[in-house]
Amino acid sequence: MLSFIHRSTTLKIIVNIVTLIILLFAIGLSVAFGAVEIQLSTVWQAIVNFDQNLTSHQVIQELRLPRAIAAALVGAFLAVSGAIMQGMTRNPLASPSIMGVTHGAAFALVIVLAFFPAATNFGQTVASFVGAGVAVVLVFMVGSFSASGLTPAKLALAGVAIGTMLSSLSNILALHFQLEKQLGFWLAGGLAGTNWTSIQVLLISGAIGMVIALMIAHSITVLNLGEDVAAGLGQNSFLVKVLGIISVLILTGAAVSVAGVIGFLGLIVPHLTRFIVGTNYRWIIPSSALFGALLLVLSDVVSRLINAPFETPVGAVTSLIGVPFFLYLARGSGGEKS
Amino acid sequence: MNTEHKKRPSRFVGIILVLILLIIVMFFVTLSTGVINISPMEVIKTLMNQGTDKQELVLFDFRLPGIVLAILIGAMLSVSGVILQGVTQNDLADPGILGINTGAGLAVVLFIFFFQDTFNSTASIFMMPLFALVGALFAAILIYSIAWKKGINPIRLVLVGIGVNAGFSAALIIFQLKMNPQDFRQATVWLSGDIWNASWMFVLALLPWLFILIPYALHKSNALNVITLGDEVAAGLGSKVEKERRILLIIAVALAGASVAAGGAIAFLGLVVPHITRKIIGPLHQYVIPISTLTGALLLMVADTIGKNLLTPTQIPVGIVVSILSAPYFVYLLMKTK
Repeated sequence: MLSFIHRSTTLKIIVNIVTLIILLFAIGLSVAFGAVEIQLSTVWQAIVNFDQNLTSHQVIQELRLPRAIAAALVGAFLAVSGAIMQGMTRNPLASPSIMGVTHGAAFALVIVLAFFPAATNFGQTVASFVGAGVAVVLVFMVGSFSASGLTPAKLALAGVAIGTMLSSLSNILALHFQLEKQLGFWLAGGLAGTNWTSIQVLLISGAIGMVIALMIAHSITVLNLGEDVAAGLGQNSFLVKVLGIISVLILTGAAVSVAGVIGFLGLIVPHLTRFIVGTNYRWIIPSSALFGALLLVLSDVVSRLINAPFETPVGAVTSLIGVPFFLYLARGSGGEKS
Repeated sequence: MNTEHKKRPSRFVGIILVLILLIIVMFFVTLSTGVINISPMEVIKTLMNQGTDKQELVLFDFRLPGIVLAILIGAMLSVSGVILQGVTQNDLADPGILGINTGAGLAVVLFIFFFQDTFNSTASIFMMPLFALVGALFAAILIYSIAWKKGINPIRLVLVGIGVNAGFSAALIIFQLKMNPQDFRQATVWLSGDIWNASWMFVLALLPWLFILIPYALHKSNALNVITLGDEVAAGLGSKVEKERRILLIIAVALAGASVAAGGAIAFLGLVVPHITRKIIGPLHQYVIPISTLTGALLLMVADTIGKNLLTPTQIPVGIVVSILSAPYFVYLLMKTK
């Protein structure tokens, strides 16, 4: 463990600033890289000194910049959702994709597209909040009726089963209403379709979700010590959990409505973050956001490199990174109660 | 107890007869339903070689191979599930959930990707089960060795299976996108568990596997009974536990692999059927294996008919129907498992 960082506030601030700088550089790289290579200096010019007559500036402004920013925001949201879920449930396997939350959101999106095709971007986002909520409720209901309680592994299995069921239902709807293409896109996860409107959606819901997350950060640290300790310290655990779930729903819902199901990101990043900055959620939440953003921006670049000039769904890239990690965690916690 | 034991053989024969009768009824129901309606009487006429040309075409070239394939795949996946559940003493085992199907699917896709052009189409259909078997075996060994930690814990095994499954799926997506469009479509058919593009070639390619492996499994049912009692009892009874376990595992994996090669990457079927069968006839594998063969075939035919007729003209892949019907049962089992 990097305990010297855990103890020093200055070092934590430095870690975060360094990550932020790398993130900005990665966003620049993501913008520069593509079908037409663009110099990093041109990227900078397009941002500070936009010239409408230059094609490269237009490509940057209309296509690549929104995509890179969306990748950063979606990555940040999924990572923070994962951090909140892991902190609240003290379950190392908790994360939006494993617990079926993302599939719930995708299911709701398909329903909206099938029955209310006129719905706006905003309507779609709200629907994906609701879908994510339904999935969370289902998974926790299964967990709480279980014979030997909520072991981390069981909760994960319940999430996978419910996720499979929801995505099967989405498949049927998609086949019936000829929405396979949209559904395929959501289930694979991708950032190709992002524009400035999606960024607006992400920024508005993200601001709300992140404010709630930071508000309850300290309470999550306490909750993570155990509910008894939290109660002893006079904390209203129920309220914290409700707020936590609301912020998870908002963050995950917004992320899925823009980029689809991107697996394993929300699982890995919080573990990584805890390893680097320690167990205080006041640090874990902002640092998770930065690490998650960095990871998704880089994964997005990789997804464009694997099979250039075609794109590979970024969800496949994050899965390949995340699976070995998941297996490591599954070996550690499988079957035993935490 | 003793009288119960004596009654069993006659009960067994009775159940077999009822199941065969039900399969015959379903056979005609499935044959006569679909986008083009052919009444059961006309089906019989056509089978007796007295139908119109159009009816002959629809029945012999489209529906009949699909139904026969459903029967074969249903039988093979169910027996695979019976063996996996017995050998791992795990109620939650199933070739689909454990990732064995995806391993086989990945091998098939790699085969199409690298070797399709080397062989003519007939040879490649017969080669596919072999490749699928290699992939399935690789997946099984991988899962087993990752999940091994001073023994195999049921939940950990399933959890590791899900992780490996996700990794293979991601690799699949990446490879699929590198294919040319025609191969891509062919590969997609396997992964969704779609059996309607069936042809008699697939039936022929599957038959030898079925006729060798299922009787062999039946022959090994005593060993399976002993293993189910637990390692210590089995060793005490003089059974070479590890050797028998390995042989049985290979049979199960081969059955699953061959089904996947023919287009039956159907999750949850091998999970549910053994449970239903044990409820009907008790735990003795001499009875469980034959009855599972029939229940599996029947269940897959029913699911296929539902998928075809629920939302006509939309046809729902049978794998999706099975998932929706069985995922709740998985959740129920999960809640009971300690």
